[in-house]
Amino acid sequence: MPAHPSSESNSQLTLRNVTKRFNGRAGLVTAVEDINLQVKEGEFLVLVGPSGCGKSTLLSLLAGLEQVDEGSIKLDGANVVEPGRDRLVMFQQDALFPWLDALENVLFGLRLKPGLTDAERLEAARYYLDLVGLADREKAHPHELSGGMRQRVALARSLAPNPRVLLMDEPFSSLDALTRDQLYGDIQKIFKQRKKTIVLVTHNIREAVCLGDRVVLLSPNPGRIRQVFNIDLPRPRRINDPALATLAADITTALSAHLAEPKEGLV
Amino acid sequence: MKTPRALVPIVIGLLLLGGWEWFVRSGRVDDVLVPAPTQIGEWFWSALRDGSLASATWVTMRRLMLGFIIGAAIGIPVGALCARSSLARDTIGILSLGLQTLPSVCWVPVAIIAFGQNEAAVLFVVVMGTVWAVVIAVQESVLSVQPLYLRAAMTMGSRGWHLWTKVIFPAALPGIISGLKQGWAFAWRSLMAAEIFVVILSGFGLGSLLHAGRELLRMDQVVGVMLVVVGVGLLADLLFFSPIERWLRRSRGLER
Repeated sequence: MPAHPSSESNSQLTLRNVTKRFNGRAGLVTAVEDINLQVKEGEFLVLVGPSGCGKSTLLSLLAGLEQVDEGSIKLDGANVVEPGRDRLVMFQQDALFPWLDALENVLFGLRLKPGLTDAERLEAARYYLDLVGLADREKAHPHELSGGMRQRVALARSLAPNPRVLLMDEPFSSLDALTRDQLYGDIQKIFKQRKKTIVLVTHNIREAVCLGDRVVLLSPNPGRIRQVFNIDLPRPRRINDPALATLAADITTALSAHLAEPKEGLV
Repeated sequence: MKTPRALVPIVIGLLLLGGWEWFVRSGRVDDVLVPAPTQIGEWFWSALRDGSLASATWVTMRRLMLGFIIGAAIGIPVGALCARSSLARDTIGILSLGLQTLPSVCWVPVAIIAFGQNEAAVLFVVVMGTVWAVVIAVQESVLSVQPLYLRAAMTMGSRGWHLWTKVIFPAALPGIISGLKQGWAFAWRSLMAAEIFVVILSGFGLGSLLHAGRELLRMDQVVGVMLVVVGVGLLADLLFFSPIERWLRRSRGLER
C-alpha cells in the first residue's frame, strides 16, 4: 500500500488542503494547516501526535462539529458540512446519557434512523450490545457500569446505526491498562467482523501501531502531517508484541527528530 | 436494638411541648399572649369541627396550585428561551434576576391597584413570586448541560425539538426540579402575604384566617394557623419534591 495513493477513486473520505483557525487569546491560531489525506473503504487510519497538533480538531472537522476555513472534506463525494449519522463519534469520555439505561443509550441513534421498525431497532441494539459483550447488562444505567463497560456501550451506540465511518477521539485514554488491552482486542475483532472504516485519534504511539493499517504522524504549531507509516504487522496484534514495540519506537524517534523539545504524553 | 431515627425528634418535640405547657400553666406569662399547646389544640379541634380550617386550607391550596402551575408553565419555556438566545438572556434574563430579588409582598400593592380585591390579584402575586425563580433556574441548568452530550446527540442526528426533549431537558432536569422547589417556596410565601394584605370576598384562605386571628386577638388561632402553614410546606417537600429529587439522584448514581 503506497503512503500517498495517487488515485482517489477508491477512497471514501477525502481531505483536501484542510485548514482550520481559531480565535485564541493570543489572536488567530492555526490549529491544522493544509492537510491532505485519503481514507479508503474499510481502512483503519490512526492520527497520532503530541498535544496541540490539531488531531482532535481534525476529528471534529470530520464529524462536522466544526467547519473548515479552507479546503474541503468529502465523504463519498459529498461535502461534510454538519454532523451526520454516516460519521459517528466515540468520545474521550463515554458521553453516555446518564438518564438512560445501556439499551436505551444504544437505541438513541437507532431511533433517529428512518426506515426501520421498532422491532428491527431493538434487534440491532441487542445485537451490538452482545457484540461488545454486554448483552446481560442492557438494563444497567451508566453509573452502574465500570469505565471499560461504559466505553463498550459507547462503542455499541456508535456502531448500531451502521455509520459509513467510525470516528474515535482518544476513547481509551481514560481507561486503566488492563481494560485498555482488552478493548484493543475487541476493537480489532469487531473491525475484522464489520469491515468498518475507522479514524482513531490518539497520543499513544503504541496504541496507534497496535490498531492502525496506516499511522499519520502530525506535528504541532500549526498541525501538519509529518509522516505516514504503513503498518503491515499481522492481525490480531497484541500491544506487548516486540515487533510492534520496535515499530512504535521508530515512530517515536521520527517524531522526536521533528520536535525541538519532546512534548509530554508520548509513549 | 437500634433506636429508630424518627424517635429522637418525637421525644425532643414532646419534651419541649410539655415544658411549654407547664410554663404557661404556672402563670408566669399571660395566656392571651402565649397560649399553651392545649389551647392551640382546642382551637385546632374546633376549627376542624366547624369546617373553617378545611375550607380555608382548600381555598389556599387551590390558589397555590393554580399560581404555581401558571408560574412554572411560563417560567420553564421562558427560561429555555433565555438559555438559547443571548438576546433573551440579556433582556428577560437580567430582568428576572432583578425581580427575583424583589420580595414578593411588594407585588401586593401593584396587584390591588391593577386588579382590585379579588382572586386575580392573589393569583398575580403568586405567579410573580414563582416565575422569576423558575426562569433563572431553568436558564442556568440548561446552560450548564454538558456540551459533550449535545455533540454526541448531534452526531447521531438529533436536532431541534428532538434535541430539546430527549437530551437538553432530561440533562437539565435535576436543576429544573430544584428551581421548581424554590419557586414553590416563593409562591407559598407570596400567597400568605397576599391573603393577609388583600381582603378577598371570593374565598377565605389560611392567610385570612391568620389575619382574623389578629383582629380578634386570638393568639391560639394565630399560632395554630402558622403551624398549619408550616405543616403544608413540610408535607409538599416530603411527599412531592424530595421523592423526585431522590429518584433523580439515585437513577443517575449521584446517591446510593
